[in-house]
Amino acid sequence: MEVEIDAKNMHYKELNEKIHQILRENPNVKKIILKNVLGQRFIGNGLQKKDLTIEIYGIPGGDLGMFMSGPTIIVHGNAEFAPGNTMDDGTIVIYGSSGDVTAHSMRGGKVFVRGDVGYRSGIHMKAYKDKVPVLVIGGTAKDFLGEYMAGGTIIVLNIDEKGNDLGKIKGRMIGTGIHGGAIYIRGEIDKDQLGVAADIKEFTKEDLEKIKPYIEEFCKWFNLSEDIKNKLLNSKWTKIAPISKRPFGKLYTPDLM
Amino acid sequence: MIPSYVPPKYRVEVDPNRCMLCERCTIECSWGVHRRDGERIISYSNRCGACHRCVVMCPRDAITIKENAISWRSHPLWDVDARVDIYNQAKTGCILLSGMGNAKEHPIYFDKIVLDACQVTNPSIDPLREPMELRTYIGKKPKQLEFDFVEEEIDGKKIKKAKLKTKIAPNLKLDTPIMIAHMSYGALSLNAHLSFAKAVKECGTFMGTGEGGLPKPLYPYADHIITQVASGRFGVNEEYLMKGSAIEIKIGQGAKPGIGGHLPGEKVTAEISATRMIPEGTDAISPAPHHDIYSIEDLAQLVRSLKEATRWKKPVFVKIAAVHNAPAIAVGIATSDADAVVIDGYKGGTGAAPKVFRDHVGIPIEMAIAAVDQRLREEGLRNEISVIASGGIRCSADVFKAIALGADAVYIGTAAMVALGCRVCGRCYTGLCAWGIATQRPELVKRLDPEVGARRVANLIKAWTHEIKELLGAAGINSIESLRGNRDRLRGVGLNEKELEVLGIKAAGE
Ligand code: SF4
Ligand code: SF4
Repeated sequence: MEVEIDAKNMHYKELNEKIHQILRENPNVKKIILKNVLGQRFIGNGLQKKDLTIEIYGIPGGDLGMFMSGPTIIVHGNAEFAPGNTMDDGTIVIYGSSGDVTAHSMRGGKVFVRGDVGYRSGIHMKAYKDKVPVLVIGGTAKDFLGEYMAGGTIIVLNIDEKGNDLGKIKGRMIGTGIHGGAIYIRGEIDKDQLGVAADIKEFTKEDLEKIKPYIEEFCKWFNLSEDIKNKLLNSKWTKIAPISKRPFGKLYTPDLM
Repeated sequence: MIPSYVPPKYRVEVDPNRCMLCERCTIECSWGVHRRDGERIISYSNRCGACHRCVVMCPRDAITIKENAISWRSHPLWDVDARVDIYNQAKTGCILLSGMGNAKEHPIYFDKIVLDACQVTNPSIDPLREPMELRTYIGKKPKQLEFDFVEEEIDGKKIKKAKLKTKIAPNLKLDTPIMIAHMSYGALSLNAHLSFAKAVKECGTFMGTGEGGLPKPLYPYADHIITQVASGRFGVNEEYLMKGSAIEIKIGQGAKPGIGGHLPGEKVTAEISATRMIPEGTDAISPAPHHDIYSIEDLAQLVRSLKEATRWKKPVFVKIAAVHNAPAIAVGIATSDADAVVIDGYKGGTGAAPKVFRDHVGIPIEMAIAAVDQRLREEGLRNEISVIASGGIRCSADVFKAIALGADAVYIGTAAMVALGCRVCGRCYTGLCAWGIATQRPELVKRLDPEVGARRVANLIKAWTHEIKELLGAAGINSIESLRGNRDRLRGVGLNEKELEVLGIKAAGE
């Protein structure tokens, strides 16, 4: 079952209440289509229904899919800041770009952004048991990517909308305070672009195997050609990972000296 | 290795005439002070932090612990503490860690404020025979009440009935204005948390989870628990948010304003890992700011997102450290859809803080409450939002004074731990608490029986509640509502004019 809502001029509370009402009244609903979305926040906040897809036409406001656990959200447009904030599970697919703190503190699920992401994206992403969050960025990321990252995977594909290379990424302070997970960036990164606690590690075959399914999924979502996919998979990748699981362990004095 | 230049702080002595060599002290001391050596117990004084576990548990009362009275050349500026800190930092090159609250001799304003009482005119009230209302509601209150008048026919007569039109926001209902502060599972043991949970349920009040998530054994008490969302977002998911009765966003903490939290990896055991939802053995880092909050508008966004996640059914509090800008921030919080602002003073305890922060950053809670209350009144917002004060509340008089200065309710942290047996030894950050309070070691945790712990904490809250009733009676007031912000009931002793002005109270005799 599919339901459509015209969100034109609707307050975010009203829109989100409508979504809850639909889910309450029609447990079989599989798809909710939101038309004319313009800045309404918290869409999908805390939703738990695994087999639900929310398609958004327009630009959703901040904290899209925050605390969400299960559903898929597809955005035909850009998204504001913090899509996937503290998300537990599910998928967010953004056809345009997204703002700062994309995938903040995400614990599980996947976020695919076709365009660019803003500052501090993937910050404090964490993993737990089978929950390993993934953020795949088609374009580029601004500074502080993966700051305080405690788990999960961030992949930066570094291509424009046609699939052409964007050139060396300029972000600074990548992985500041990182103590878990890994950031994969297509292309080269200078050491001085890294933040404290981050290190450039050898990109191995296992790493490629690990990121391959996500790149394939990305290509599928955004309909990218086989050529582009192969180019992505056969590029030079830089892996950024923590120096240690305990980056600040030596900062403090032990007791009783 | 660089040697330590620091002499032992305490001297531990075992009286061989009293000792029966039962070896209990060797087991009780988690810091390894005591060891049996042939026919005697030898004690390594340099490991002692004066937690008193061995003293209290020794069946023969054979152990004494004294401050080590070695002579230091006295100096008014270079006190012993200053020199010891330098020795330690010269040895390690590290930030000094400490536990519990501010250990400097700053003025305790609570002790320079006295309560006024009634005599003859406006007589005092006897709480033993007259009801005293301590019920407190924490949460948003409407600016005004609106009613719909509907005409109904009853017995052939048309009667106008008033129906409340204003939607009342969800509030927490407290039987006493004393709650237990947020102390995380991780910093504290499960048995400490269980003790608190049972006690608050019995007393009709609430406890906070701290930022460590909600361990499953606490689920049965969730209707008396406030869950916390800190920058690390540990254990935060939909279930967690829905479970508790209210949610508190932690922006700052009195013991360490301006910095985040850090639970070292070695304390992240299997249970802690499951509750925080992070892998075992990794550091649990809560960075100083929330990454998605850089303005009051961003804070409002987080408040609203939590309300959305809980379908606007749970009150959301925002906790900040007492800093000089607290009144302005409180105004921002009050306009952000938050239901309560929590102000945590610099005497508040902590499991671990850099010593330099614990002892030097923040302002006294007494000043902060008064200033926040005053500012919220000036902005016409005070009656819409609740104010909770915490940080260094030691007795019922402190609770009373905090409320008279402008708080709705208080959180107690260290006091509740002391009720469990804590000695304020300040070594919580080592994870070796011999009392089973600030530790995760199973053999230490089981020293604290949650039933006994709950009894002690509930007794404390009940005792203070009785005392508050007596104090109210003496002040000629029969409800805590009438005490809130009632600074006319307070007088300052030994305070200068500026201090009296900030506190908004008169000097004794005025
Ligand atoms: S606990 Fe007391 S009696 Fe037992 S060994 Fe220690 S000092 Fe002696
Ligand atoms: S909790 Fe334990 S370690 Fe911390 S101050 Fe109290 S007795 Fe000492």
